[in-house]
Amino acid sequence: MSEPTSTPVIRVSGLVSRFGTQVVHNGLDMEVQPNEIFGIVGGSGTGKSVLLRAILGLRTPEGGSIELYGKDVRQLASADRSALVRSYGVTFQNGALISSLTVAQNIQLPLLEYYPVSERTLDELAELNLALVGLPPEAGSKYPSQLSGGMVKRAALARALALEPKLLFLDEPTAGLDPISAAAFDELLLYLHSQLRLTVVMITHDLDTLFQTCSRVGVIVDGRMISDTLDGLLQNQNPWIRDYFHGPRARAAEKEAHG
Amino acid sequence: MTVLALEGTGGDWHLHLNGDWSLTAMAQIEAQLAALPDSLHGTLACDWSRAERPGIGPAWALLVRLSGFSDRQLEIRHVGGPPHYLEFLQKLRAERHAARAAPPPEQSLERSVGKLGQWAVLQGTEARAVIGFFGRMISVYSGLFSRPMALRPSSLARHVYETGITAVPIVSLIAFLISVIVAYLGAQQLSRFGANIFVVDLVTISVLREMGVLLTAIIVAGRSGSAFAAEIGVMQLNEETDALRAMGMNPIELLVVPRVVALVISLPLLTVIADAMGLAGGGLLSLVNLHIPLPQFLSRLRESLSPTTFWSGLIKAPVFAVLIGMVGTYRGMQVRDSSRELGRLTTVAVVQSIFFVILADALFAVLFVKIGF
Repeated sequence: MSEPTSTPVIRVSGLVSRFGTQVVHNGLDMEVQPNEIFGIVGGSGTGKSVLLRAILGLRTPEGGSIELYGKDVRQLASADRSALVRSYGVTFQNGALISSLTVAQNIQLPLLEYYPVSERTLDELAELNLALVGLPPEAGSKYPSQLSGGMVKRAALARALALEPKLLFLDEPTAGLDPISAAAFDELLLYLHSQLRLTVVMITHDLDTLFQTCSRVGVIVDGRMISDTLDGLLQNQNPWIRDYFHGPRARAAEKEAHG
Repeated sequence: MTVLALEGTGGDWHLHLNGDWSLTAMAQIEAQLAALPDSLHGTLACDWSRAERPGIGPAWALLVRLSGFSDRQLEIRHVGGPPHYLEFLQKLRAERHAARAAPPPEQSLERSVGKLGQWAVLQGTEARAVIGFFGRMISVYSGLFSRPMALRPSSLARHVYETGITAVPIVSLIAFLISVIVAYLGAQQLSRFGANIFVVDLVTISVLREMGVLLTAIIVAGRSGSAFAAEIGVMQLNEETDALRAMGMNPIELLVVPRVVALVISLPLLTVIADAMGLAGGGLLSLVNLHIPLPQFLSRLRESLSPTTFWSGLIKAPVFAVLIGMVGTYRGMQVRDSSRELGRLTTVAVVQSIFFVILADALFAVLFVKIGF
């Protein structure tokens, strides 16, 4: 499906992020094509979440430009910006479900905000999103604190899908999950990706997820990004990338994926 | 705008989907879906060829509506290039339909009796929890005698600073203003009898016995009682208290006791300041409004004081401090699960501590009269 010649969904060029004197990104470039699953990796403190927050418009970068669907986020009028925000879904590292609302109400929250629909339809849509992420119907009436870690991740995904986005941002979607739940989440993600034709950008440290799901990977090294397919990165001679993809864990994950 | 058009006769039906079928048009789509007839027979062809930007939610709503027709009476086909995910949604829908359980029947009498029972049990467990909390606190206190360093001087100092010293400006201001108000209103009444000088007695006794300590306690309950509940509540939500327990530390010793002890130290000191500011306010008003010079005010003040006046106010301060500190920290420790609980319990902490302070004040008033203090 992916056509390299079409407009990239995300184009970040020359991004500079600074905290005081500490430079996190120094001219970072990144492009995400439609319908791919793009993984972002990097050591702790290399600014993966900062990059995500900059793309989402939650943080103003010190330099560079960020375009979503060919439009510069910062130059949009507020109405266009709101429409743009609705066109993507985000899950945060710890789920970030509203703790005083049930899972179903969490899913309905953005729907209720933007579309005037009846209670019954809201229930049907909540049911749909629960079904999409493979949560049982009973989960809808539970509060986030009553859910297990894996269910929280799925519920957060259900909320992110509520407005039917074409683009999905996931911040460490499998962190803190047991291997079985994490594998199930990978499978779910691949399934939704193929069924709903989503473009997915995800930050992950989970090498299994990386090898199972991602079509391309961007590695943040020295404030810049090196993006390539996994096979390309496996050949890369950058010392950090070599360590990352040729460590004992990476070899096992790679064997799993190809064997 | 019509997004749905049902055509056909006999057993051959066509359902045309027109125009915008994205989530944006959801309100129209649901209204027109609801307007479809209740039962159809024969075959139904859903024509997607004229639907623009078909969304997942609307497609789901359509499937839900169509499944309202019994499968045996109606054969449904999707034609005209249905969206690529329709098959996926149909599969999900079929799984869901099978899994759905009937809601349990509700009986109103049974339910209300049940509610009453639940409430009673809740009160019981609450009472037990409160007693348990006080018990644990007392056991920590008794442990303090053998190892006084467990009081954690640095933490104590921080809380004395936060609850006491930072409250000095607001407590001073309010004590000053209230005493000016009392003196002003009192003077208006007393001047009718030519008894202006008794304003001094009024201010002295009311400020020292009651208002100094009561106002201070209420301000501190609002400032520090809420802060205690919120601080400890957030620690509960972040599992910080669990972490302390897991490291073998006692959250009551670490979090509750320093706060309560700090309040027992700072509230009497604040009361003294409030007393002083109250008398200053009375003195100023007497000077400006009643033309009583300051030396005369002071000598009258000395005459009106009995030996117990000052102490009968001050002695209440540590009791109020314990009440405020205990209620605030206890409510903080009760926070579980959600940010809404945090807000609710912080409110409860303030309201209850003010209530307990006033209740205790009333009991003190009766007691002091009985023993002639």
